[in-house]
Amino acid sequence: MVKSKKPKLAVWKFASCDGCQLSLLDCEDELLDVAEIVEIANFPEASREVKPGPYDISLVEGSITTPHDAERIHKIRRQSKILITIGACATAGGIQALRNFKDVREFINLVYANPKFISTLQNSTPISHHVYVDYELRGCPINKYQLLEVLNAFINNRKPNIPNTSVCIECKRKGITCVMVSEGKVCLGPVTHSGCNALCPSYNRGCFGCYGPKEASNTSSLANQFESMGLGNYDIVRTFRGFNAYSDAFRKESEAYEK
Amino acid sequence: MKILQANNFDLLLNILKENEYEIIGPTIQNGAIVYDKIESSRDFPIGYTDKQTPATYRIEKSNNDAFFHFVVGPQSWKRYLYPPVQKLFTAFLNGNAIKFEKEEFLPIKYAFIGVRSCEIQAIEIQDKVFFGGEFQNNRYKTLRKNSLIIAVNCSKAESNCFCTSMESGPEVKSGYDLVLTEIIYDKEHYFLINSGSQKGDEILSQMNLLEADENALKLGKDVIEKTKSQITKHLNISNLKELLLKNIESSIWEDVAKRCLSCGNCTMVCPTCFCMTVEDYTDLQKTKAERIQKWDSCFTLEYSYIHGGSVRVSVGSRYRQWLTHKLASWHEQFGTSGCVGCGRCITWCPVGIDITEEASKIRKISEYQNISLEEN
Ligand code: SF4
Ligand code: SF4
Ligand code: SF4
Repeated sequence: MVKSKKPKLAVWKFASCDGCQLSLLDCEDELLDVAEIVEIANFPEASREVKPGPYDISLVEGSITTPHDAERIHKIRRQSKILITIGACATAGGIQALRNFKDVREFINLVYANPKFISTLQNSTPISHHVYVDYELRGCPINKYQLLEVLNAFINNRKPNIPNTSVCIECKRKGITCVMVSEGKVCLGPVTHSGCNALCPSYNRGCFGCYGPKEASNTSSLANQFESMGLGNYDIVRTFRGFNAYSDAFRKESEAYEK
Repeated sequence: MKILQANNFDLLLNILKENEYEIIGPTIQNGAIVYDKIESSRDFPIGYTDKQTPATYRIEKSNNDAFFHFVVGPQSWKRYLYPPVQKLFTAFLNGNAIKFEKEEFLPIKYAFIGVRSCEIQAIEIQDKVFFGGEFQNNRYKTLRKNSLIIAVNCSKAESNCFCTSMESGPEVKSGYDLVLTEIIYDKEHYFLINSGSQKGDEILSQMNLLEADENALKLGKDVIEKTKSQITKHLNISNLKELLLKNIESSIWEDVAKRCLSCGNCTMVCPTCFCMTVEDYTDLQKTKAERIQKWDSCFTLEYSYIHGGSVRVSVGSRYRQWLTHKLASWHEQFGTSGCVGCGRCITWCPVGIDITEEASKIRKISEYQNISLEEN
């Protein structure tokens, strides 16, 4: 019997901290299994050997922040059958998108001795603003089990179990007492995409919104509630301006309170 | 009716243990009273009470050493009878054959202690859902049949309780094996205890307790009357089903959608909500698959997904589905209301949406419309 060819996997990096790609290496126990079913063809973080495209699956980490990267992502798209963005940088612009709310030239002048050598874009943008994205894996960083689940589903030709519900659903299934209701802590769980298994509420903290807005994210109602809990405009802006500050829902909400 | 002294409460717990029950009851964890394993009466929230309003819950010191001076918390007994995540089966691929292996479960004998009247009604509603009809949930049914319900009459009500409207409390009238009424009076602290079933008789007969006198019985009645008088929230249920079903297109639903986060908390905490989803998992070697059942909610987009898309896209339609199911179509489906007035959905909604207020808005609007129709 002819053995079917293993699908080729590539991992790409744009402006990011590497944390998401590292979660693939972090799969330790499962990594060998993964390597058996997919060919890791291009993953500089793991191996110096780079095989040419096209690739069956491209995992893209990071946001677009330079003119050079804005070109490079198109080349990657052309070589990829399925393109999956991983993490808050790739799906929403990341923490570096905080600069989108300010004038980036001012930062450059402040930070660099020779600003003229710096070539950068005003905005840090998600990959989906530049090319078509097949799937998104949210999180800052992503959950390695979700990454495995997506690869596993791809291999087995099935739907990945990545529900787009609120963090609250995971929180309640786990039996965590709601920190917002029982302690008045600020929590973004009700408007945030699930995936972390309610990590912060499990440690008695409010959700920071690492997974970005869930579908139908009613940020204005939650912000109203924050107001009645005593938060001022500045605090509300800060609450929505985290790793997913430039996602549509969170951006609009923080802008509404900035006025 | 017998008397069990508070300082002798562990007698009951020990007998339950001797009868191989796993005792689950109220205890304090992370700032709330939840249901967990009880080893001794010291595990109860002795001397604590709760304060609840829409979207807030706090526990605080009370002015006595009562064991049960609080109402219902974020959890309900469904966590034990119908756990949030359960594996249903595993399938193995062997050559070309698939072998299914049903997931076994431990037929634990739970003794639920501190069950409130509204909660008994909720459990009986879930009984109908899980084994009242043609399709029986064997796991739920076994755990339920094995369980022992030790109810307690509420010694206080909170501002979100509306059991009197739903005819579910505060007095425990049926569905219990044992029922307790806690009495603290003039330096005395004891429980009235009565049996409501053969299982209850068996436990009670092993305890050798004194009979309650007239005075104690009267104090017990007073507890229930006082609690009743503390209930401030009401829902007018007369004709409510027809009213709601007539107002499917009301603007109320879009109004509540402005506030509703579609977070699903209300359904997760509701003791009667039973919706679930299943997820299939595979291994990387393509030899094994598992089906996992998880609590789901009518507030998620995926919940109403059928071929081609979700039926309930707008949040208004999701809230409408929930409220009209609870208060209207549940009657058609199961012959009872789907709401027992426990108030959990109001307390644990992060923005404090109140099912009784939304339902009465519908009543007000349609009364207003009727009047203006007559005038025209
Ligand atoms: S703690 Fe946060 S995530 Fe958990 S239920 Fe409350 S609001 Fe939702
Ligand atoms: S709908 Fe609300 S008040 Fe009614 S039983 Fe469910 S949680 Fe309790
Ligand atoms: S009614 Fe409240 S708890 Fe229920 S989904 Fe809406 S916001 Fe969440």
